[in-house]
Amino acid sequence: MIDVAVVGFAQSPCLPSAGTTSGVELLVPVFQEVLASTGLAKQDIDFWCSGSSDYLAGRAFSFVNAVDAIGAYPPVAESHVEMDAAWALYEAYVKLLTGEARTALVYGFGKSSAGQLRRVLALQLDPYLHAPLWPDSVSIAALQARAGLDAGRYTEREMAEVAARSRTAALGNPKAQVSGTDTADDLLAAPYVADPLRAHDCAPVGDGAAAVVLAAGDEARRLRARPAWITGFAHNVDSPALGVRDLTSVPSASAAATAAGLRGDEVDAVELHAPFSHQEILLATALGLGDAVRVNPSGGVLCGNPMFSAGLSRIGLAAEHVMSGRADRVAGHATSGPALQQNLVCVMEGA
Amino acid sequence: MEIGFDYTRSLGPVLSRFMTALAERRILGCRGSDGRVHAPPLEYDPVTYAPLTELVEVGPAGTVVTWTWLDRPLDGQPLDRPFGWALIRLDGADTAMLHAVDAGTKDQMRTGMRVQVRWAPEPVGHIRDVACFEPIGGAAPASPRSGVDPVTMVTTPIHLRYRHTTSIEESRYLRGLAEGKLIGQRCPACGKVYVPPRGACPTCGVPTVDDVELPDRGTVTTFCVVNVPFPGQRIPPPYVVAYVLLDGADIPMQHLILGCRPDEVRMGMRVAAVWRPREQWGTTPQNIDHFQPSGEPDAPFDSYAQHL
Ligand SMILES: [Zn+2]
Repeated sequence: MIDVAVVGFAQSPCLPSAGTTSGVELLVPVFQEVLASTGLAKQDIDFWCSGSSDYLAGRAFSFVNAVDAIGAYPPVAESHVEMDAAWALYEAYVKLLTGEARTALVYGFGKSSAGQLRRVLALQLDPYLHAPLWPDSVSIAALQARAGLDAGRYTEREMAEVAARSRTAALGNPKAQVSGTDTADDLLAAPYVADPLRAHDCAPVGDGAAAVVLAAGDEARRLRARPAWITGFAHNVDSPALGVRDLTSVPSASAAATAAGLRGDEVDAVELHAPFSHQEILLATALGLGDAVRVNPSGGVLCGNPMFSAGLSRIGLAAEHVMSGRADRVAGHATSGPALQQNLVCVMEGA
Repeated sequence: MEIGFDYTRSLGPVLSRFMTALAERRILGCRGSDGRVHAPPLEYDPVTYAPLTELVEVGPAGTVVTWTWLDRPLDGQPLDRPFGWALIRLDGADTAMLHAVDAGTKDQMRTGMRVQVRWAPEPVGHIRDVACFEPIGGAAPASPRSGVDPVTMVTTPIHLRYRHTTSIEESRYLRGLAEGKLIGQRCPACGKVYVPPRGACPTCGVPTVDDVELPDRGTVTTFCVVNVPFPGQRIPPPYVVAYVLLDGADIPMQHLILGCRPDEVRMGMRVAAVWRPREQWGTTPQNIDHFQPSGEPDAPFDSYAQHL
């Protein structure tokens, strides 16, 4: 069995508007930073894999343009997923497990601000029954939020407390788009955006990019004193039929956590990809996180959610806790689709 | 910039019957492996993943399971005035349908409220035949009709708007064009000159920084003769689209070759830009209308062999 570890992570700041839809301007400095942090040159990378979306960019094969940022000469082995780059990381992880590559650089990028994001995301729904109605992503999250409130899973105050804690944590995160010292009371005074969601309950729309370097076995040990060894990595999906799901639970997140061997009372820190405040509460339950677990010490995606790289960044941020020695066992989570339909869990350890 | 496309999709047996029923102003669900009725119908069972085939009619009225309120509807949504989104469990169904509720004001919305379908005036066999739902209390929904031909396809127009941002390099290039100049950039690592500039050298992966002004003449490296008419075509075919390698550049640009017969265009032909009248110039590549033969002797193959 080949052991695979995260050995490097870099992300751009998350900004309301940055770069072009090609992603090149955002990716060049991110690549330089992540390669410098590992001591690798681009020629040392055996496999490149990216996550991005033509619908976000508003043009076809937009990821091909981003390859300019690699400097792909001589030619490189490259792949792409039309998903958050956390799923590209999964592809690269499997590639390393096969032994066909010893190092991989995985990157995600997206200019969410080029179009109207909540409307663009309607096109990820089934094209016969849902997408023709243009149900926007915020409204769908609001349907889920109310279902949870009606079921007594949480209160609007608990949702605001998630947002307040996230914003305070983000004060220490220079890459965050939103941060602040507002209390839950302050936040609850704001009007609804989509009842029962207020602005603080929704991740801001932002542009950004991120990259993670994976390495196998001795290569990882050579590059890092403390690689973040991946001990479990899995993803799962719930029905695309919104009305069939019980929106107050997240079976696919629970299934992914089980398959990845996540024990919610044994991790030190977890970075959850919860673009809406109530989703953090639903995910903490679905993953069985204990009270002592530090959840989203970065401030989470409520403070910066660059589409197609935010999920990858959850794993990179969690890995940094291990690489820096601040934690022994962590997990990163990524989500995709409407109302937490698709979920991925990556568990990492220091030893 | 707006991009749009009318997506036309064929329907499988389940959705074909569902859409045909909508055109008749009836709503069908399907029975799952556990006996639950799903409306709208599913093609595959959510528990066993087996194909589902047993369709049953459900009521035109139902109960709101969860809801939200949208003060400012977005383009394409079912209503253009404030409305509620809801998951609605139709009478006779066990799972819910997503749709809009025309409730007038938010204080009319609540979980558990009873709503009924409002049919579109001219059903065609599309999910939008359900115009929306409305609180029960007014007139009953329009009655079913018969004699509808089976619906096997649905067409859904999709339109999205984007604001494209130019990079710093592209911006300099476009500003140069507005002054009648062609400005490329040189890679600091390998020395190659890119026009238009690309932000990063695709060979080296480093930002290109040094501006290089290039002449508006060059060499045809390769070309094709367009014989096929298509919508939006500017010029009647046949005409020539070619790669023109500007003198001093390392990457060719695509442009039209006019001013000679298509069969006169050849690899190595020397060409010069034909600019539009100066008063029409803007920050756009359209300032150069086309290229035409310059009359110079052909460039030797070796001079562009590395740029094919
Ligand atoms: Zn170069």
